[in-house]
Amino acid sequence: MIDFARNVRVWFAPEEVRQEGRTPDYRFSLANERTFLAWLRTALALIGGGFAVDQFLPDLRWGWRVGLALALLAAGVLCSLRAVNHWVRCERAMRRGEDLPVSRFPALLSVVVAVVAVAMVFVVLVGWEG
Amino acid sequence: MSEGAAADRDPGLQPERTRLAWRRTTLSGTVSAVLAVKTALHGGPSPAALVACALCCALWLAFLYLAHRRIRTLSSSDTPPTLTPRAATTAVLCTVAMAVCGAALVF
Repeated sequence: MIDFARNVRVWFAPEEVRQEGRTPDYRFSLANERTFLAWLRTALALIGGGFAVDQFLPDLRWGWRVGLALALLAAGVLCSLRAVNHWVRCERAMRRGEDLPVSRFPALLSVVVAVVAVAMVFVVLVGWEG
Repeated sequence: MSEGAAADRDPGLQPERTRLAWRRTTLSGTVSAVLAVKTALHGGPSPAALVACALCCALWLAFLYLAHRRIRTLSSSDTPPTLTPRAATTAVLCTVAMAVCGAALVF
């Protein structure tokens, strides 16, 4: 948690990253940037999915529809915050010459997406009948 | 293509790939923004809906500007500088703001 707070400070203070260690090969930084963008796209897709659930499933009951949409939007927010946090951690590890940080977030996200998908199947089957 | 240019260029085309990644991300953002605007205007053009609509458009424009600036930096030199944390944070905050805007609209 303290680590996270420290990282949040770095988001807004770019000079702090640059002071540590030495600049890695620019290609590694660009690869890190592309990973960050891929996570940001995942976040945007989740957010778009939230809007889509709200717009394109109008026959669902209100509770289900809003619940699913809010869950997807929240997942998008989490995913984007994690994207920048992981980017900062990787950048810092590369500057210090440490191992890249490991993360259980991808596993967590895939479980959440699987659960949401199963919930969608359930909701579409039940919600349209009832 | 001359011999010198081929030697100068990174054979992995890293800057180009990064540039395209920014383009893809902007495209994803556009899709989200269009869906957001559709949600905002779903119940007719009320003042609140128009404000939400304008906000989403502004967020999209901010992201577009950010991506454009980064793409220009990437194509300006052979060894482009690292993305600044401030730019990364701004891009993420645009995304988060759009999600918050969406939550308000959906609810």
